[in-house]
Amino acid sequence: MTELILQRPAPSSTRWAAVCRLDDLEECWGEAALVGREQIALFRLPGDQVHAVGNIDPRTRAAVMARGIVGSRGSLATIASPLHKEVYDLASGACLSGGEGLGAYPVRCVDGVVEVCIAA
Amino acid sequence: MSETRSARHAETGAASQPRRVVVVGGGPAAHRFVEALWRRGMDGLHITVLAEETHAPYDRVALSTALTGEVDLGLGEPLMWREPAIRLVTGERAVRLDLAARCVEGASGEKYAYDDVVLATGSDAVRLPLPGAEHAAVYRTLDDVQWLRSETSRLAAGLGREPHAVVIGGGLLGLEAAGGLQQLGAASTVVNRAGWLMNAQLDQGGGQALGRLISAKGLGIHCGGAPVAIQTDDDGGVTGVALGDGTVLPADLVVFAVGIRPRDELARAAGLEIAPRGGVVISAACETSMPGVWAIGEVASYDGVSMGLVAPANAMAEVCADGILGGVSTFPGFDTATKLKLSGVEVASFGDALAETEGSLEIVYADPARGLYQKLVVTDDARTLLGGIFVGDAAPYSALRPLLGRELPAEPGAYLSSAGGGDAPPSELPDDVILCSCNNVTAGACRSAVHGLGTDGSEGEPALDMPSLKACSRAGTQCGSCVPMLKKLLDSELTKAGRTVPKGICEHFAMSRPELFEAIQALDLASFQEILLRFGASEEAKAGHGCDICKPAIGSILATQRGEYVLDGGRGTLQDTNDRALANMQRNGTYSVVPRIPGGEITPQKLAVIAQVAEQFGLYVKLTGALRIDLFGARLEQLPEIWKILVEAGFESGQAYGKALRNVKSCVGSTWCRFGVQDSVAMAIDLELRYRGLRAPHKFKMGVSGCARECAEARSKDVGVIATDQGWNLYVGGNGGFQPAHAQLLAQDLDGPTLIRYIDRYLMYYIRTADRMQRTARWMDDLEGGLDHVRDVVIDDSLGIAADLEAAMARHVEHYEDEWAATLKDPDRLRRFRSFVNAPDAADQSIVLVEERGQRRPATQEEIDAGAARVGLGAVIPVRVPTGPAPGSLED
Repeated sequence: MTELILQRPAPSSTRWAAVCRLDDLEECWGEAALVGREQIALFRLPGDQVHAVGNIDPRTRAAVMARGIVGSRGSLATIASPLHKEVYDLASGACLSGGEGLGAYPVRCVDGVVEVCIAA
Repeated sequence: MSETRSARHAETGAASQPRRVVVVGGGPAAHRFVEALWRRGMDGLHITVLAEETHAPYDRVALSTALTGEVDLGLGEPLMWREPAIRLVTGERAVRLDLAARCVEGASGEKYAYDDVVLATGSDAVRLPLPGAEHAAVYRTLDDVQWLRSETSRLAAGLGREPHAVVIGGGLLGLEAAGGLQQLGAASTVVNRAGWLMNAQLDQGGGQALGRLISAKGLGIHCGGAPVAIQTDDDGGVTGVALGDGTVLPADLVVFAVGIRPRDELARAAGLEIAPRGGVVISAACETSMPGVWAIGEVASYDGVSMGLVAPANAMAEVCADGILGGVSTFPGFDTATKLKLSGVEVASFGDALAETEGSLEIVYADPARGLYQKLVVTDDARTLLGGIFVGDAAPYSALRPLLGRELPAEPGAYLSSAGGGDAPPSELPDDVILCSCNNVTAGACRSAVHGLGTDGSEGEPALDMPSLKACSRAGTQCGSCVPMLKKLLDSELTKAGRTVPKGICEHFAMSRPELFEAIQALDLASFQEILLRFGASEEAKAGHGCDICKPAIGSILATQRGEYVLDGGRGTLQDTNDRALANMQRNGTYSVVPRIPGGEITPQKLAVIAQVAEQFGLYVKLTGALRIDLFGARLEQLPEIWKILVEAGFESGQAYGKALRNVKSCVGSTWCRFGVQDSVAMAIDLELRYRGLRAPHKFKMGVSGCARECAEARSKDVGVIATDQGWNLYVGGNGGFQPAHAQLLAQDLDGPTLIRYIDRYLMYYIRTADRMQRTARWMDDLEGGLDHVRDVVIDDSLGIAADLEAAMARHVEHYEDEWAATLKDPDRLRRFRSFVNAPDAADQSIVLVEERGQRRPATQEEIDAGAARVGLGAVIPVRVPTGPAPGSLED
């Protein structure tokens, strides 16, 4: 199975890192992943879309974002921080309630394996 | 006005030539004024403060505390006085204000040139023109107070007995002085010319009630007789105070506390306009009749009145500072509310306390036996609060004062202690009340946010729903306990603005929680997706994913209705933070674990297991407020290991993470206690085992007390049971927390089975009909008919649903399964507790703990920044490589 889930142009000094199998992810149930030294939160949405954002909650610096609730505001897919419930746009990582955003990572799925684009 | 001020500012604003502000006087008003400028930055300003006393400005309001001990009444930050652009000249009395030369001349001969001069000379204590008045002391300054202290001890030593002190003046200051002198060991008597004490603030009834309270504290009181002379012996030592009626009060020390006289001499001599009763006339901007000359505090006369209170002086100081900086704020007028600071005597008076408004009504409750006098003054339609007096019990004062000039939400009488418990009726929160104490947000700020007004008056997007209101006001974003109040405020503002109050719980559902509950039950829906597609508020909502509001609410409804494991069948993704991990997430992302200890009864063996777990996993141990033991600091992936040990030892989940029954607190009851009349522990255990795991709109707690002494504090619980000789009394709707409420009596002297039947019905009715995040007390508040309605439904089955409610509870009891035991049995369920999808057992290295008092706790950000040592984390476990390509890219 080779399918392109979501692809954004990746900056030049980056590489694609394999993280897990798509089947490891349950719809709407976030998972944290360790990629190099970074903690990334992965979310699989219906329709096999996968989003990757930073796992660190900007407000508390705790690594918890993967454990928030997936939702939507209007047409945007969102994640709510499990600690203080700030809501972030999953695609861009921007904080919708005003505040510091999460980093967002390009994601793709190659042969059933989820890959995240990180700094080389 | 503002133009001229701005122009003046511009004229002198050049950096080379700072604008010179000279403040005449060194009291609290002067201090507040300097501080107001200092806080805004001293750019382009130079301030000179001429203080007559040799102290830096001090807190005159707290003088009575200095009377009885050496205290530091220094105001504000000493730092301010070290600011190079602020010069404090103490011991310098201003003798002349030269308007033409724009300078102030000091007694030292120095001339202080100004661009603006602020008169804050305050006032003098008035001495009555009596024979011998020169032998009396006054109560005004720190020096006065220090003199009184030394004089009292000198007299006591010389006389070999307690000295007699007579305070002339029965106002606020006089009573404080008399109380202070009594504490110094003097026998104090207060003499007041009017017929009762504090006659400026209190009516006769209030003054007399106060008199009784003061007498009971051992102070002498003489009202209704004016002093005519202060008698002395040949050496000038005071011997007594003669009153008009011929009485002579023995006195070794006489103190005047009869009011103030503004020290307006400088202004008078300079030709400024002076009020008929003294004081420099000021405008609302605190300007005198002469440009560049300002007056604040007790020397200023506004609307013909000079006031010896600190609050208006502070307000004037702020207004004046703003004006000098080019602002246009104005003095709002005197707020004469007062509260007497005399230990053990509560007196408050505010607004039109003496009912001088035409047609005003007075609602009075007086109980001389209890030393109680309470009065509200309202408009002729008994609606708008004009003022009030509280003597003996001033508890309602702080809630009522912000309502001054507003319509009372309830009958005026309901606010007086006579109405029973003295609980003030629910009311709209005044603007200045702090609604969110975590972020210090007032109700007014939240209202402004609803209407799209910034705190600076700017207009923006109105916040018409909870998420946007929380985002722009910051209320409710920390601990969340104010969220229900915030929601009420939002609803009420929207209603007032003529907008429809969306009863929908969020943008995805236009239905309330009770409506959703009924609908989901009627259609027997089992998944969020089905429910969203069926009831979603819009096509966009139906196409979306729900949110952190509707998902947990529906998760809870499904949990109640279906009684299935909460993380199965796609319902795991609905669960809120704590339910998701079946543990309570703490601020650093670790969890706390609370095993159930039914009724608070535990064997030593089980205690030892808890200790062993805590030790093995390095957990911080703390007893909870609910007779349980909380183990903090477990990482997500450690939860199953911890629970494996606990479950094997016979523990089960305490559901401290769920909107569910927490615990049933009990006292030890008749088994041990010599007062107990029923076995409260057995009852508590029965109840806890019956209702454990029951999901509800909010958490709920229970308590069982074995006798009327109520050691289990059952009346502070959602369901409280108190033993009687005949059985059990059932109380409902209590809670502690952010908005405490006492549970109310629902039924008396019940036998065990009836008690349980009523609790079954009560809880199920609550679960079906309450809004999300609404505790039982607020739910009953909002139910039409309140407690009576609940009694009708629960006891008399007025809705004919009692059998349904009982059957629903029976299903819950039958299907209950310990969530942690269920989790451990199933590898699919255990998978949810991995730390990383690609390194299931790796510890989160970002968690930093430090030791404190022999245990581990999360490091603060400062400690982390300072490189706190990490303790408690094991060796780093290598990251597992997923199946698939590029394994080399995952090294760590």
